[in-house]
Amino acid sequence: MDDLLFHDIDEPGLNTIEVYERRGGYETLKKALRELDGDRVLAELQASGVRGRGGAGFAMGTKAGFLPKGTMDKYLCCNADESEPGTFKDRELMQKNPHQLIEGIVLASFAAGINKAFIYIRGEYDAQASILEAAVREAYEHGHLGENIHGSSFGVSLVVHRGAGAYICGEETALLDSLEGKRGNPRLKPPFPANAGLFQGPTLINNVETLSNVSHIIKHGGEWYARIGTEKSTGTKLVSVSGCVQRPGNYEIELGVPAREIIFGLAGGPLPGREIKAWFPGGSSSPVLTPAELDLAYDFDTIAGAGSMLGSGAIIVIDDSVSIVDVCLRTAMFYKHESCGKCTPCREGTNWTTKMLQRVSDGLATPMDLDIIASVQKQIMGNCLCVLGDAMAMPVSSMVNKFRGEFEAHIEQARAKHTPLSEAVRAPLDLTKQGAIA
Amino acid sequence: MSAAPQNELRHEDSVPQLADVSVPAELKAWIEERMAMYPEPKSATIPCLMHAQKLHGWLSPDAVRQVAAVMRVTPAYLVSVASFYDMFELKPRGRHTIYMCTNISCMLRGADAVMAELEAQVGVDNGGTSDDGIYLRNFECLGACDIAPMASVDGTYIGPLTVADAKALVEDLRAERDVLPEKHLTRRPAAATYWAAGKRIEQGGER
Repeated sequence: MDDLLFHDIDEPGLNTIEVYERRGGYETLKKALRELDGDRVLAELQASGVRGRGGAGFAMGTKAGFLPKGTMDKYLCCNADESEPGTFKDRELMQKNPHQLIEGIVLASFAAGINKAFIYIRGEYDAQASILEAAVREAYEHGHLGENIHGSSFGVSLVVHRGAGAYICGEETALLDSLEGKRGNPRLKPPFPANAGLFQGPTLINNVETLSNVSHIIKHGGEWYARIGTEKSTGTKLVSVSGCVQRPGNYEIELGVPAREIIFGLAGGPLPGREIKAWFPGGSSSPVLTPAELDLAYDFDTIAGAGSMLGSGAIIVIDDSVSIVDVCLRTAMFYKHESCGKCTPCREGTNWTTKMLQRVSDGLATPMDLDIIASVQKQIMGNCLCVLGDAMAMPVSSMVNKFRGEFEAHIEQARAKHTPLSEAVRAPLDLTKQGAIA
Repeated sequence: MSAAPQNELRHEDSVPQLADVSVPAELKAWIEERMAMYPEPKSATIPCLMHAQKLHGWLSPDAVRQVAAVMRVTPAYLVSVASFYDMFELKPRGRHTIYMCTNISCMLRGADAVMAELEAQVGVDNGGTSDDGIYLRNFECLGACDIAPMASVDGTYIGPLTVADAKALVEDLRAERDVLPEKHLTRRPAAATYWAAGKRIEQGGER
């Protein structure tokens, strides 16, 4: 299987419209506007079976089909807030091939009758946002954006909008609030964005990688695309591999290859003399898997069947030199810092989980605290407007459950270091050291 | 309840009149152009605050009032938004900013040791600004785990960083030089190409 999204990704100047067009770029858009109607493009997207690459894995064509018909303003928001720890695929796509994304946005807008599109990119991606802004300008100049694109009756505008540093804005409804100029708090669903999203209008929200697939799907047809990958996880996937491997980076794979092939074959496996202890299959929000699960097929349903999730496709590998307690604490600290504070179970749950894990780490806990930690996670799951709290509860639960022995051993050893215990108890916990700072 | 500290910044909850506020012409034009890009002008809030922050170095009360006067919103509203986002600075910071990633992927590659060395070299603790204007803080995942451990220095992604690099990084900043140019993310090819060239992984520091 040749690379699709990453094909010749390092071609010099691929980020410019000259090179992109020379390689046949925007031809699919022109052909679609000339020969197809929006419904046909939508049908191809639905036939492709392409599932959202941002984390939820919802079928993109189905989602686009939820938008009501009619001539009201409809919006597309490209979610480029990529903040899931371990994920860095959209960054490389936007930096090196921004026009592939823009062509996908215009085609998706055509399919769903959308006339206003936005790319919400995280503020930290300064270089990538500048490249996108330049690419959008070029696309306007070449008539791929704006009114009456290539002489058709279809038109769509596109604005690159930079965020300012908040993980929660990757959550689709928080993204909408942030794009409306507010604090990025998630909204209650329903109504879903397809009915009442940006400015209360019908809104389609898709990830960068998902939209980057669109021109390929329309060019070759939905059926062609559906033959790549597995029956229910079609297409290729960009996988960001990081952590304790020899060759970290983004790799494009066909969905359904064994995870071992990605981690060992592409990313080189652990450093010499090391063994894998655990791995996150889909960003730090996914429950960790063990070495025994390395032969699982890397697709949405197989990973879900193993009790985890493919998420954003970010594999983080942890080797046997790392304490799982450290990983668990660092994971929890992140969600504590990023919780927007709107829902109590998440705001308090992430905070107290972090404090308890700090106590475990410092040797101030007993094995009973592990039970309390596990029960707190249950109280968070499913009890908030969005899944940020779940995103901490899932990996933390998985680590405490699967590595209970290591947690208990750590508690014993760390406690033994504390003499006298009473002084340690009085010492304030230094949560500011690695966590949020005011 | 104790009284607010003397230096607590107070922000108006009424819209300042444009006639009463001196707004740099460039900033005013930028904000007006930005507001016109959206069906609802308020959408421009975050980009406009960021632009003002770049101009002023931080979101000073003056900076906030200027944006408020042009956008026709209250300074209190703008601060309520700004306080939500990590990249807005409601206190004066340095001329240079180092965001050091300490999230999992960077931690696994020794980010804590690099952060400790940065603290030593800059001469401040996490979140502090040195006398010569270098602001250092840890940051959550910056989306560059392929070059872990990494930092964003004045917005430029740099990595993988070793403990020795931390020293060189701060020296380059102090000398107002391009910081560790050979380690800029944007100069790195895709993983398959990069590793095929025989490169070896670098560990940032001891864990």
